[in-house]
Amino acid sequence: MTVPAATSNSKGTVAIRTENLHRHYAMGESLIRAVNGVSIEVSAGQFVALLGSSGSGKSSILNLLAGLDRPTSGSVTVQDKNLAQLSREDLARYRRHSVGMVFQSFNLISGMSILENVELPLRFAEVEREQRARRSREALERVGLAARMNHRPSELSGGEQQRTALARALINRPQLLLADEPTGNLDSHTGTEIMNLIREFNQQMGMTVVMVTHERALAERYAQRMIFLADGKLVDDHANAPSTEQAQDALQGRRA
Amino acid sequence: MKLPDLTELALRNLRESVLRNSLTTVGISVGVASLVAMLSLGIGLQQLASRRLVKSGLFDTVVVTSRRDLRNFNREEERGGPAPGESRILNETSRQEIERLPGVLEAYPDIRFATELRFEDKPHLTMVSALPASAKSNDAFEGMQGSFFSSDSAPEAILQKSFAEELLGKTPKPGDDEINVAQLAAPLLGKELTMRYAQREETPTPEPTRKAADMPADIVSPTGAAYSVISREQNLKIVGIADLDPESMRGPTRARVFLPLKLAESLHVMQPTDLREISSANSGQTLYSSISVRVKNPSQVQTIEDAVKKMGFSAFSILDATRSLRQFFAVLDLFLGIFGSLALAVASIGIVNTLVMAILERRREIGIMKAIGASDGDVKKLFFAEAGAMGILGGIVGVALGWAIGQAINFGTNIYLKRQALPPEHFWAVPWWLVAFAVLFAFFVSLVSGLYPAGRAARLDPVQALRYE
Repeated sequence: MTVPAATSNSKGTVAIRTENLHRHYAMGESLIRAVNGVSIEVSAGQFVALLGSSGSGKSSILNLLAGLDRPTSGSVTVQDKNLAQLSREDLARYRRHSVGMVFQSFNLISGMSILENVELPLRFAEVEREQRARRSREALERVGLAARMNHRPSELSGGEQQRTALARALINRPQLLLADEPTGNLDSHTGTEIMNLIREFNQQMGMTVVMVTHERALAERYAQRMIFLADGKLVDDHANAPSTEQAQDALQGRRA
Repeated sequence: MKLPDLTELALRNLRESVLRNSLTTVGISVGVASLVAMLSLGIGLQQLASRRLVKSGLFDTVVVTSRRDLRNFNREEERGGPAPGESRILNETSRQEIERLPGVLEAYPDIRFATELRFEDKPHLTMVSALPASAKSNDAFEGMQGSFFSSDSAPEAILQKSFAEELLGKTPKPGDDEINVAQLAAPLLGKELTMRYAQREETPTPEPTRKAADMPADIVSPTGAAYSVISREQNLKIVGIADLDPESMRGPTRARVFLPLKLAESLHVMQPTDLREISSANSGQTLYSSISVRVKNPSQVQTIEDAVKKMGFSAFSILDATRSLRQFFAVLDLFLGIFGSLALAVASIGIVNTLVMAILERRREIGIMKAIGASDGDVKKLFFAEAGAMGILGGIVGVALGWAIGQAINFGTNIYLKRQALPPEHFWAVPWWLVAFAVLFAFFVSLVSGLYPAGRAARLDPVQALRYE
């Protein structure tokens, strides 16, 4: 497989490893095996798509990778940390410094301006006020929203909200970006903008990206690797050669 | 998360649902206000009572008597002291000794006797008491018409209101309105009174047997000291009419006519105690029935009392009486505090309710914060900060409200007092420590109320919270 210009120093090393990962939920009487024995390895700097229909367990895996949830059994190791063994406090620290997340529904805090939303993770990380303001402004410039930083999320379009969420995900300079259906609530044009930004982060900053989607076309266009899940099990895992820039531009041109 | 950020976020969150949080804060305010109102009433009443006691002039006074005096105030206290044999008599020497004690402002003999006063040729029998010059600044004589004695030995008299009424033949029937002091003073000030009294004169040659035989009017002690009694008259100018409540009169003010101390001493009036107190130890000095000791600081009263007892005298102070008064007020304050706290307890349930509601509403927000790196502790602290902010805010508003209620009631009561022709009183006191205590207490109660909601918010599962739409 051909890996496009990823600049990460840690390229090639293993960023994520899950071993026989299980996550079961008790739903009334019945037991739901959302993740049922998944073992994956993702090397640093890779752009991976998790594909599957709803209920296939792809979001559950993402939550486990994000340290928002704990496995029922098996292990999740991210950057040599076994998340299953971390304390709640350490998991919070892991989320704060090592992971950035974007969601289908943006998940911005409606009562705050977008600058404040972007700044929020730095507050939890106890970064100094001046540095916080500077870094948040830089992150918003990076996603092209510097002019709107005092607006509330409700005053922005969906694409702008998702870009805000991306800026927030970047603010602590994590090595891992987790995206849960990042274009699910966007039209295809703004979706493409967002995906291009994510690819930029992957390629220019060397971030490892794990993206959950049910759109195979999207995965084929951007991801270097596609992992298919069904009923909590891994069914297919293969490399993918994303289409070239020119081809994409041609595609966009046709659509426009 | 750092405290300034925490406070900022908490205040932001409070502003987000401003109506509900304001109502909760008002609830706390009402609770704090009721607490402050209750306690300040208790404290105010206590201060009023203490003020009254201080005004009586006895709060800083120790009354010293000889142990040989059968009129000892409280014989219970005597048991710890020296045996009666070591007890001493009160004369000028002992007075000076007492006055030298550290912390003693002055020690003066209590001179009090019953005598006949003639005013416009009508005789009036009453108690006469001597006042030291220091009594002028001391308080019981506020509201007095006329002036205080021009000097400590001037032939002048101050009359107690009821005696003035008697002189003018205006004795009011019970239930009648009291006569104004100014009305009484006008016809009396500057007039002359004639006091008839019995003077005691030391017999220069103490020859017991001869004296007893020759002069039946003489009084002879078993040990030989003797004196004669001579009837004398003294003219006195009325300089003041004191507005003293006869019921509250104690100690030196327990009389209806007052004379300057030096004048009274120079008269050598025969006192009821003289008969009993003649002793061989009395080397020509006047014996005192009791000595009033004024103490610089009321807190030293107990020390002086103990020192005087060690010297072999009996001592009594109003402090003994105020001890039970303070106890009463401690209990009163406790009860008022408990009643006041009830409203605050109800308000604290309001905080719990508001914050639990906030958790439900902000479920998603909590999930987001956790996803971007908030720890359980951060979330907990945030809810604590919100509870604490409501507590401090409610506390401050509540203190202001309580103070306003107190002022209003004080104002209203004084209008009532004025209508009843009584002097206005300030029986509402909000000391600074109460302000600080009330705000801190509100803050503390709010934090305790925040315990459960904050714990619940912190434990919220972020995956569930983010799924929740």
